[in-house]
Amino acid sequence: MAFFLETTFGGLMVGMLYALVALGFVLIFKASGVFNFAQGAMVLFAALAMARFSEWLPQWTGIENRWFANIAAFVLAGLVMFVTAWVIERLVLRHLVNQEGATLLLATLGIAYFIDGLGQTLFGSNIYKIDIGLPKDPIFVFDSLFQGGILINKEDLIAAAIAAALVLALSLFFQKTSTGRALRAVADDHQAAQSIGIPLARIWVIVWCVAGVVALVAGMIWGSKLGVQFSLATVALRALPVVILGGLTSVPGAIIGGLIIGVGEKLSEVYLGPYVGGGIEIWFAYVLALVFLLFRPQGLFGEKIIDRV
Amino acid sequence: MLYRENGQFKSSYRADQQIFPILQDRVFIIAVLALAFVAVPLLASDYLFRAILIPFLIFSLAAVGVNILVGYCGQISLGSGAFMAVGAYGAYNFFARVPGMPLVPALILGGLCATAFGILFGLPSLRVRGLYLAVATLAAQFFADWMFLRIKWFTLDTPSGSVAVSNLQVLGLPLESAVSKYLFCLAVLVVIALLAKNLVRGAIGREWMAIRDMDVAAAVIGIRPMYAKLSAFAVSSFIIGVAGALWAFIYLGAWEPSAFSVDYSFRLLFMVIIGGLGSIMGSFFGAAFIVVLPIALNQFLPVLAGVFGLQISTVGISHAELMIFGALIVWFLIVEPHGLAKLWSTAKQKLQLWPFPH
Repeated sequence: MAFFLETTFGGLMVGMLYALVALGFVLIFKASGVFNFAQGAMVLFAALAMARFSEWLPQWTGIENRWFANIAAFVLAGLVMFVTAWVIERLVLRHLVNQEGATLLLATLGIAYFIDGLGQTLFGSNIYKIDIGLPKDPIFVFDSLFQGGILINKEDLIAAAIAAALVLALSLFFQKTSTGRALRAVADDHQAAQSIGIPLARIWVIVWCVAGVVALVAGMIWGSKLGVQFSLATVALRALPVVILGGLTSVPGAIIGGLIIGVGEKLSEVYLGPYVGGGIEIWFAYVLALVFLLFRPQGLFGEKIIDRV
Repeated sequence: MLYRENGQFKSSYRADQQIFPILQDRVFIIAVLALAFVAVPLLASDYLFRAILIPFLIFSLAAVGVNILVGYCGQISLGSGAFMAVGAYGAYNFFARVPGMPLVPALILGGLCATAFGILFGLPSLRVRGLYLAVATLAAQFFADWMFLRIKWFTLDTPSGSVAVSNLQVLGLPLESAVSKYLFCLAVLVVIALLAKNLVRGAIGREWMAIRDMDVAAAVIGIRPMYAKLSAFAVSSFIIGVAGALWAFIYLGAWEPSAFSVDYSFRLLFMVIIGGLGSIMGSFFGAAFIVVLPIALNQFLPVLAGVFGLQISTVGISHAELMIFGALIVWFLIVEPHGLAKLWSTAKQKLQLWPFPH
């Protein structure tokens, strides 16, 4: 029982991180109808920028303080993501308005190739570290209930807390600010939003920026866990089932989908994996998402698809 | 003037329904075939065959398959790499396990394995569509990656999981030289492309297009969505499977489970979008573009860097290649979202009036 709970907790923590990547997909899809395959590349790009700036800043300024280096690197990386978002909107999205979904999808795939190449040209292609001072030591909880308690990684706990805080901040931003209202209006209906004077182009830049910041946070946490390397870009492929499970247009869906996928992955790997040779977690997530889709084709929280002839 | 349809009267239904009703098209196709079958083998060098022509032919075949599914039936699929892998390993298992198995039946059986796999992973298309389906088909990709890596039976229990074929021959003729391999791939491609061209202009092709344009409306006028979608998955994955088997047998010779990665799925989708959705001809253009572009960049970039006196490491060049590849694709999607096939048909329209446009 303790082992089961431990696995489940581990799954929930990983799920929170998946949700973070999935959130980037959902934000952009909601506001511009673009399924952004470049999200993984953006995570890698942001993480590379953060890792390298935190390494370079002490050399440039001579201030040997980890807090200063990390915060300044975070701000600089955020600026880099802002510029990236602006350039993408200016050079790509603006010219592809009203194209089919598949064309847009491939355009973002092209962007992904570009960002992958650019990131490694600018920041190098070795494995880098992000050290934001997350404690590595495990803690034990529920000592009284189980023999030996349940082992939880403190690092995971803090990461999940950061993710949760980010989600909370985003939902407040969407619900309470006027920009958030404009974003929701654009998501509902581009034309109607435009006709009441909401500048579409600016909204797109904002939403890509927000997605860039989300990618930065995701890259920071994943990077401090796994190291910043090229395989970070494939995290996006792991997060795709989360997006379709939760629904492409739903922020809460991304969170709950992330948790379901995280737990499902870990449990399947532990309990099912040994019988079939292990390594099943990556396709199991997809199959799990497919099973849910069979009952709700638009995802758990997606907008209902109404067919009209 | 060159490409004028005027005055080409048909006096029988047979003549009216032939595959290329316009004389100039027939002449063009025959000229291309003559060029491909006679002139190219005489002129091309070994490097050209191995590096460009054979990959181009095999990827054209795969792109035709993807185009049937994505371009004609409208089901966006990111599982093409998996279908290639299943075709390759299916053909390999028949080839290696059955003594005296000839190459061509092994290829066809490999294609049939891919068909079964494709129908299985096409089942979600009955329920989900669009981008949800695109992600769902990625399941096929990851499942196939895992299956050929972890289930050792498929790779004849070799410890490293890499397999190889040797002594390929067709009808007693050995497939050793680059020319013979080229001609074999070309023959397979011509046969399947003709079949595909005929399929898409027949009843079943029209059903696929109706489903693509609007599946609810198609169902209302009596087209069975299940039959149409699954048949598109079946035909498409058969063709992709044969292409995968050719890629493994003819081009690679020896390969590992990681040979058919998700990158192949992306590249194949690039080919059909850049070539033009819903056009067999476009598949060839797209394949040529995507096959030649990386090679051209690879050759061209060091030269360019030399001109500017820059020293770029090989790693730097591979990153620059990624950037230019991505940028060119985006640029191409912006200037010609309907693909190269659209340019082709525009050119034909212009030729109808040339040299006296209104």
